[in-house]
Amino acid sequence: MAGKRLTAVDLETYWAQPPPMRPWVRVGMDTGGIAAGARHVYQALLEEQEEARAQIDIQQTGSLGLSYADPIVVTGDASGRTMMFGAMDPESARALIRDHVQDGHLLEDRVIASRDRGCELNGQQQVAILVKDTSAGKDEDRTGFFQELIREELAVHELDGRIKVYRAMDMGLYQKGVCVQLLPSRVTYAHVTGPDIRRIIDESLRGGRVLDDLLQAGGDPQERIVLRHCGRIDPDQLESYLHAGGYRGLKRALLEMTPEEVIEDMKTSGLRGRGGAGFPTWLKWQLTREPKADRKIVICNADEGDPGAFMDRSILEGDPHAVLEGLMISAYAIGADKGFFYIRAEYPLAVERVQRAIDEARATGLLGRDILGSGFSFDAEVRLGAGAFVCGEETALIASIEGRRGSPEPRPPYPSIKGLWGYPTSINNVETLAAVSVILDRGGAWYAGFGTEQSRGTKVFAVTGKVRNPQLVEVPMGIPIRTVIEDICGGADRGARIKAVQTGGPSGGVIPGTKMDTPVTYESLQELGSIMGSGGMLVMDESDSMVDVAKFYLGFCVDESCGKCAPCRIGGFQMLKLLERIHGGKGKAEDLTTIRDICHCMQTASLCGLGQTAPNPVLSTLKYFEEEYLDLMEAGQNAPDPKVRAGR
Amino acid sequence: MKTKSADAELGSLLDWVEGMRKRVREIAREWEGREGNLIMILHAIQNEFGYVPRGVANELAREMGISMARIYEVITFYHYFRLTPPGSHTVQVCMGTACYLKGAEKLHGELERQLKLMEASGVRKGEFHVENVRCIGCCGMAPAVVMDGDTHGRLCPDAVKDILKRKRGK
Repeated sequence: MAGKRLTAVDLETYWAQPPPMRPWVRVGMDTGGIAAGARHVYQALLEEQEEARAQIDIQQTGSLGLSYADPIVVTGDASGRTMMFGAMDPESARALIRDHVQDGHLLEDRVIASRDRGCELNGQQQVAILVKDTSAGKDEDRTGFFQELIREELAVHELDGRIKVYRAMDMGLYQKGVCVQLLPSRVTYAHVTGPDIRRIIDESLRGGRVLDDLLQAGGDPQERIVLRHCGRIDPDQLESYLHAGGYRGLKRALLEMTPEEVIEDMKTSGLRGRGGAGFPTWLKWQLTREPKADRKIVICNADEGDPGAFMDRSILEGDPHAVLEGLMISAYAIGADKGFFYIRAEYPLAVERVQRAIDEARATGLLGRDILGSGFSFDAEVRLGAGAFVCGEETALIASIEGRRGSPEPRPPYPSIKGLWGYPTSINNVETLAAVSVILDRGGAWYAGFGTEQSRGTKVFAVTGKVRNPQLVEVPMGIPIRTVIEDICGGADRGARIKAVQTGGPSGGVIPGTKMDTPVTYESLQELGSIMGSGGMLVMDESDSMVDVAKFYLGFCVDESCGKCAPCRIGGFQMLKLLERIHGGKGKAEDLTTIRDICHCMQTASLCGLGQTAPNPVLSTLKYFEEEYLDLMEAGQNAPDPKVRAGR
Repeated sequence: MKTKSADAELGSLLDWVEGMRKRVREIAREWEGREGNLIMILHAIQNEFGYVPRGVANELAREMGISMARIYEVITFYHYFRLTPPGSHTVQVCMGTACYLKGAEKLHGELERQLKLMEASGVRKGEFHVENVRCIGCCGMAPAVVMDGDTHGRLCPDAVKDILKRKRGK
């Protein structure tokens, strides 16, 4: 479609036209998927399709979020039925084409069961049964035993030819005993025991009745708003984005609304900056719109430097046009004619996909002069970060785009008054902009329907660390941390106990296991001494030393301090020395007082957010786990290993 | 005989310098007139040469009409830019939080140990360059190591030896 200038009418045609409905297979090809071998899987799918002369659309797509199951393949047929397979390899990819797409069979130990569970059988013939023991560790897994049991029972009724039994890779349910899902109805039974098998087969499969006492109803607590297209569209094809309703928000903003109305709609939505601080997005736009200036600039902050976070990378790799669309809308609202994507150089695939999105938008007139005939002109370009965490800070980021060292400047003046090259500049995070495009499409009021009074909408979290299923989740604000960690991600890895959850990276703090029922909002996390941050959520178990964790994060900030202001440069360094001393078993009684003093000084006197928030991991571990510090100081080098203490 | 080979050596060196100058000129021209281009130019140079050699930086300063100090203040501020040539193989150990919690330090230790053993058995020092890097965003596969651009995830220290061996075999 390159070279053709798109009009508003063309866009309408794309939106109205459903994509061709042949069976399709999609492979999650983000950095994580590729690292796990997605390219080989994709290649194998193409080869097998060629050999089998199968009429299938094989597509690359972005991350589906389920990092633990990479590489992931999703299949779909003309009836709209989809099926997800994880931990794929070239061998199973070939089997997928032969057995599943062509013959309807599933793959053993590869299916990721849908969380969109059914409640009724509706007289429909069931053709497959998924089984998974959701409580067990590897040595006491009863899945195989139950598979046999079901097969035997099916044979009694001579159903074994028609109904197949498979081990599921993941049921989306945890600590719920043996679970069984009937397909295609998706009716799911939990806590299934031996005697239940006969009832399931007799009453459900033969009688068509749902067993209410075993039924596991309820769906996925997640809401995919920002991640709406990730894993569904081909990020390298503008066409794919348009078919999914892309650029509808832009068209509405440019052709039906004034910039003031756009800002008003954003105000209604209640969207706050997703980079961490939570500043109202509409207000930032308003403040950048107000000053009179020759030109104004918008920037997408994609310098995701938080260790343990990969939300922004996944969005850029999975749905780059959504972010570009959001950036264009912000430019329209503010009156900017130029935009920059400031992306980490460590994310080459994200850079490549964003560049491609920009090129394609430019070639079709979605970027450039007089966009969609609205009179609004805008262009965007990519600038690379070069490995400096401090460049996530607005003024440092601006310095970096200007080609200088990324040292922060005192604020005010804020970038909204005096930003890039002195022009008023609005800087928004990737996730914020991806939300903007859908808010303008569906309206601020719609978005405000999710979340809580103060924290509207959804938030994407990268849940990693000692968790059973590390993954990307998107949940409405206000949901308890426990739901995210336990219901969605399966709780701690290997059945260990969760000691703490860290949010906000080096600027955040730890939330102890006892406070897991805290709802996820900007305010509630702040009350606990942590922050929402950009969305990293690190699960730590009893074997992790909190002093070591504090030392790790502080070490990161010391390394990343730009050195411009003394509280951060000297305070951080000295505090790290003290922490190392304590960790090494040589701490002195007065060290904790000194640490607290330094923290206070850094928080109040540092120039920018990096220094002001660097003490957070130290203070919050001190707040909830002071006894670990004291243990180390009392026992000296003989202090028990946290692993030993866990058993105490 | 001797002079001839020295001449040839000098010739190829001069050719390299000439080629380098041409390339630096091309890169600088590509970004000419665009505000704040220095970091992007340095990225292009590092992609070309694997690091930012002093001579190239000097040539760039001349080409852009800026001081060497201006270039070095930027190179030394950002972690991404290198002042020394990389090894033939680069091993990057991710030190993101997820990897750290899952034993990235042990992986690094084992890598160093294995490389020492390999050096003792005749592998050239510096053939492998091991470094700790900032989070590579593959937290779902922690702990992870990037070897010459390929990410290896969910590694235990025992697997390190095999990966190094396979890399040598290639």
